[in-house]
Amino acid sequence: MRKLIEARDSKQLPSDHIVSTKVKNTPHESAVRQVSGTARYVDDIPEPANLQHAAVGMSEVASGKLVNIDLSAVWQSEGVCDVILAKDVPGHIDIGPVFKGDPLLADGEIKFYGQAVFAVLAKTVQQARVAATKAKIEIQQTPSILTIKSAKKQNAYVRPPHFMKRGDTKTALQDSEHILTGSLTVGGQEHLYLEGQVSMVMPEEEDRMLVFSSSQHPSEVQKLVAEVLGIKLHKVVVDMRRMGGGFGGKETQAAQWSCIAALLAARNRCAVKLRLPRQQDMIITGKRHPFENEFTVGFNAQGKISATDINLQGNCGHSPDLSDAIVDRAMFHADNAYYYPHCEISGHRMQTNQVSHTAYRGFGGPQGMIVAEAILDAVARKVGLDPLTVRKQNLYSDFTGDMTPYHMQVHDNILPEIIAKLEESSDYWLRREKIKQFNEGSPVIKKGLALTPVKFGISFTAKHLNQAGALVHVYTDGSIQANHGGTEMGQGLHTKISQIVATEFGVSIDEVDITSTRTDKVPNTSPTAASSGTDLNGKAVQNACISIKKRLAEFFAKKVHGQAEDVVFMNNKLQLGEHAISWFEVVQQAYFDRISLSANGFYKTPKIHYDRETGQGRPFFYFAYGASVSEVSIDTLTGEYKLDRVDILHDVGASINPAIDKGQIEGGFIQGMGWLTTEELLWQDQGRLISNNLATYKIPAIGDTPKIFNVDLFEQANIENSIYHSKAVGEPPFMLAISVWCAIKDAISSLSEGKIDPPLSCPATPEKVLRCVIEMQNELDGGVKCK
Amino acid sequence: MIQFLLNNEVVNIQHEKADLTVLQFLREKRSMTGTKEGCASGDCGACTIVTADVDENGLAHYTSINSCITFLSALHGKQVLTVEHLQNEQNLHPVQNAMVKYNGSQCGFCTPGFVMSMFALYKQAEQGLLNKSSDSAEQSAPIKRHEVIDALSGNLCRCTGYRPIIEATLQACDDAKADKFTQEWPHTVKKLLAIKHAEAAVGTANLLMPRSRDELADAIAAYPNAPLLAGSTDLALSSTQMLQDLKIMISLSAMSSLKRVETSQNMLVIGAACTFSETESVLLQYFPDLFEVITRFASRPIRNQATIGGNVANASPIGDMPPVLIALGAKIKLDNGQTTRFLNIEDFFIDYKKTELAANEWLDSIHIPLPNPDQLIRVYKVSKRNEDDISAVCLALNLQLEEGLIKNFNAGFGGVAAIPSACQALNDELVNKAWSSTEALSLAQQIVKNSFVPITDVRASSQYRTQILQNLLHRFWLETNSHAHKIATRVEQHA
Repeated sequence: MRKLIEARDSKQLPSDHIVSTKVKNTPHESAVRQVSGTARYVDDIPEPANLQHAAVGMSEVASGKLVNIDLSAVWQSEGVCDVILAKDVPGHIDIGPVFKGDPLLADGEIKFYGQAVFAVLAKTVQQARVAATKAKIEIQQTPSILTIKSAKKQNAYVRPPHFMKRGDTKTALQDSEHILTGSLTVGGQEHLYLEGQVSMVMPEEEDRMLVFSSSQHPSEVQKLVAEVLGIKLHKVVVDMRRMGGGFGGKETQAAQWSCIAALLAARNRCAVKLRLPRQQDMIITGKRHPFENEFTVGFNAQGKISATDINLQGNCGHSPDLSDAIVDRAMFHADNAYYYPHCEISGHRMQTNQVSHTAYRGFGGPQGMIVAEAILDAVARKVGLDPLTVRKQNLYSDFTGDMTPYHMQVHDNILPEIIAKLEESSDYWLRREKIKQFNEGSPVIKKGLALTPVKFGISFTAKHLNQAGALVHVYTDGSIQANHGGTEMGQGLHTKISQIVATEFGVSIDEVDITSTRTDKVPNTSPTAASSGTDLNGKAVQNACISIKKRLAEFFAKKVHGQAEDVVFMNNKLQLGEHAISWFEVVQQAYFDRISLSANGFYKTPKIHYDRETGQGRPFFYFAYGASVSEVSIDTLTGEYKLDRVDILHDVGASINPAIDKGQIEGGFIQGMGWLTTEELLWQDQGRLISNNLATYKIPAIGDTPKIFNVDLFEQANIENSIYHSKAVGEPPFMLAISVWCAIKDAISSLSEGKIDPPLSCPATPEKVLRCVIEMQNELDGGVKCK
Repeated sequence: MIQFLLNNEVVNIQHEKADLTVLQFLREKRSMTGTKEGCASGDCGACTIVTADVDENGLAHYTSINSCITFLSALHGKQVLTVEHLQNEQNLHPVQNAMVKYNGSQCGFCTPGFVMSMFALYKQAEQGLLNKSSDSAEQSAPIKRHEVIDALSGNLCRCTGYRPIIEATLQACDDAKADKFTQEWPHTVKKLLAIKHAEAAVGTANLLMPRSRDELADAIAAYPNAPLLAGSTDLALSSTQMLQDLKIMISLSAMSSLKRVETSQNMLVIGAACTFSETESVLLQYFPDLFEVITRFASRPIRNQATIGGNVANASPIGDMPPVLIALGAKIKLDNGQTTRFLNIEDFFIDYKKTELAANEWLDSIHIPLPNPDQLIRVYKVSKRNEDDISAVCLALNLQLEEGLIKNFNAGFGGVAAIPSACQALNDELVNKAWSSTEALSLAQQIVKNSFVPITDVRASSQYRTQILQNLLHRFWLETNSHAHKIATRVEQHA
């Protein structure tokens, strides 16, 4: 449809590639409803008269065999009308999204502490929840694997490993001037969407089901509900208007609750709602994968890297879920923005008796990328150069090299420009000097500074998911309704889609409404994930609009004896030379002329391919870039710290909605900061999660936002033909927060005048910071003694 | 009967369950789904609502609270306002407008709660009630960033990173003008006073609301197993988290005698049912060094509900007030309706969550000796997160020097033992030593190290807690010795 253009400046884009300033400034489509409490979430939908409530009973051991389940007390509990076990599932018991391994309810075996064993239906929420605590579940315990280390020892993997390599790493390492090895423990993360998991199912005629689910993947919910019930997909409709946050936690994790509710609804012919209480939500749904990573790096005295050998081990929990692709993505980002002349990267999928870890913003990318930054810090401290200097000289470039470990050429690298700009706007070097002076005069409080880049690959690495559909209706009053496969979880997807529709038809944004995402409007959709929502669905919607525009243009051109391709849609009218017709008028006339005012659209991402056999290909359509500078103060007596200032410059291509993009950048950064600082998942030695509520698991609060928080968009059009040459923004900014972790390390390292790289694992809680400080002080004292 | 105004509508509660939360009432009984449940434990703020109370001068007091852990008795005689009430016909309230304008909502689930916390701050700004600090950097701004942070400290947002919400609040409250609630206030007052002055007994058959010492003693005698309900910020969790059926409760919210604050005979007397917000100004007047611990004690909506007596009687080893009160040498007064008795606060705690309180007794008040000018007081709280987090360690120190020599060294410890604790050895062994000497510091550190064997839990390891105790003493030593005054000891400056 459109030529690939090489425009680097968004101002040089053809006019129909530009979103008008007015449209660009569209506020979030739900903002007014959200601030007035009328935006409806699943739990807010008026309840049907026959609604009953479900609750889930959980296992209290991590591993074992189910011997007996005594449900008599559950049945006798007040208000109970049904109880189900695995044996009551008429269709498929396994709801694993890609690979098998996730039973709807425990099927003979217990795989993790908190696994769903049964579900109960009662008249009220409280009655159902009380009843769910009353089962006597007899389990013959088996030894459990609770750490990556013991999984390795026992060869427990959910999937085979994957390898990428380029060059001759072994020889290059041997030939290196310096070699360093290191390891890095990276913690997982609880999604903590403010709206917990919830689903409401209404049985319709015969065996049809209408499912409301807070899900990033309605099509998968539809498929799994049908499979669990043993009916065909066309009998199930899933409706999803909005989520109260998703972050990956509702990509695969939402389906189970819909399936349970649907099964209870089918058995009892009543509407069923299942809403997980917060603590259960935190225990029973998967999280970001914890990782144990190891690296060896070879480099010269100037800090130029010659070779790396990186080993990534993801704690996948008990089943594969999406872990294959997640560990792959960690591997795809173990280079971050740096050229490794020779490299080997291996990725292992460790099986443990934990909840099955799952998608979370960045999808393994952050856990891989942070290794690259750990390597760069270690190299810089070894050669005694500022980490920024070392980072800059190892960036992908024409001089160093532009081939990734998976043999994809980095052809759109704008990081040198971004970093140069940010270095200047943030006063990096001046502040570096000031911090040095401050630290010299401050024995207790130490400051640290770090600039880290982000290069994040955009596309699902599972190629088939890179497709989208849309359905656009123009009604006879000129108003337009657009539907697409993407889901709204706050990221502003529907806002951007309505902007695209308004831009295509040249009408005011008020003419456009986006409906809830429904599997009967657009079928077979991909999850709203991988930052791809706007890229995929925006193009599909655009294509639907173009079909309708073509018909209207032909109709109008014929009327005025002109050429259809010369018709321009703007300012609420169609213009062809001196002829013009209002949008309303042309829609009316077209209707009476029996022209279809509805169209569907489809899109698939071009150019991408990846061969997992060889570990080579072009898995990504393009890269999104950014960089951030963080300054922190740490207290060497307590390990407490404060983020004093943050400067960010981030690449969103030609932004469709700068305010929404900025919101994604700031929000992603703070969420990433939480992952790396205060958000600590802890399991006790029996495998029970003990950071299982908001009193024990601490996400950033309002006071954690830095007082100085400068965020700018690097506005340069995407050289690839993405929607209006914008770029995806959901996940990339999350990893900008790695600069916070590096700045804390920098502050600790100042105790050694930057000579020692502290082994700070993540999350860097005050306790871990203090431990590093003490270790460093001991090391320095030891060093003094040696002299 | 429990009576309150839901916006302008008089609501009478007679037959609801005792443990029905305000959030459940709104969402389930009234189908008012604007107010959200995020955690049902008072940690996220999605359920925040505002209550307006009328004081003796007829003025309005707007208070943000977590509706998910509030029972209906707390609403008696008040006006309840939710996110649905803010609009003036078709027009959004200024705080709502600002949230739209500054892109303060993304997924929107936390938004109603934020809007309500902003609304409470807006009303306080409009009434000129905010304390202005002398932070020179922000002098020109009528509303301060730290006031915004304080007001919104109980609201979590997972999407925005808060920056737009802070800006929206600053803008909206900067120039807070009279809104529809101000205009309607004369009518609201009449209705509220009618409720307050009604002769009918307050409370319901299962949610008792005694108004006097005698009534309270009778209630306890009649229902010896019924929990006493004050702020409910902890008690409510037994219903919403532990799923216990709290069939009958005795609410203290009508006990005006437990809400007194007075100074007499060099004692500051605080009624046990006073909320933290209510006692904040008087505590800071006498003990300005408590600023940090008071502002970091839970969140604003929790401080609006939680009572100082509840924090003591709850006897949690990780409550922040007991260590402070121990260090300050406070006494508590217990009452059973017939006789009263006083206890040193550290003697009140017997074992984990066990106290000296007899079955028929209640905590009447807390008596804190007013400080001497030569007392050096510091309270240090270490937690993973700065705002609204439970202490890994809370250390309260109260040192009295005479010409450089230690006269008295009282310390209160939280998070390092099964009960909030004192450390008598610290005082015994350091008395008459020169505080400026490093020997005194080392001795203090050694004593503390030997006195406590903390546990490892989700908040911190035993080793870290032990280390922190010693290092906090080091910090205290640096901060209280004049030769070290120029050394920065804090990553965050607390006003």
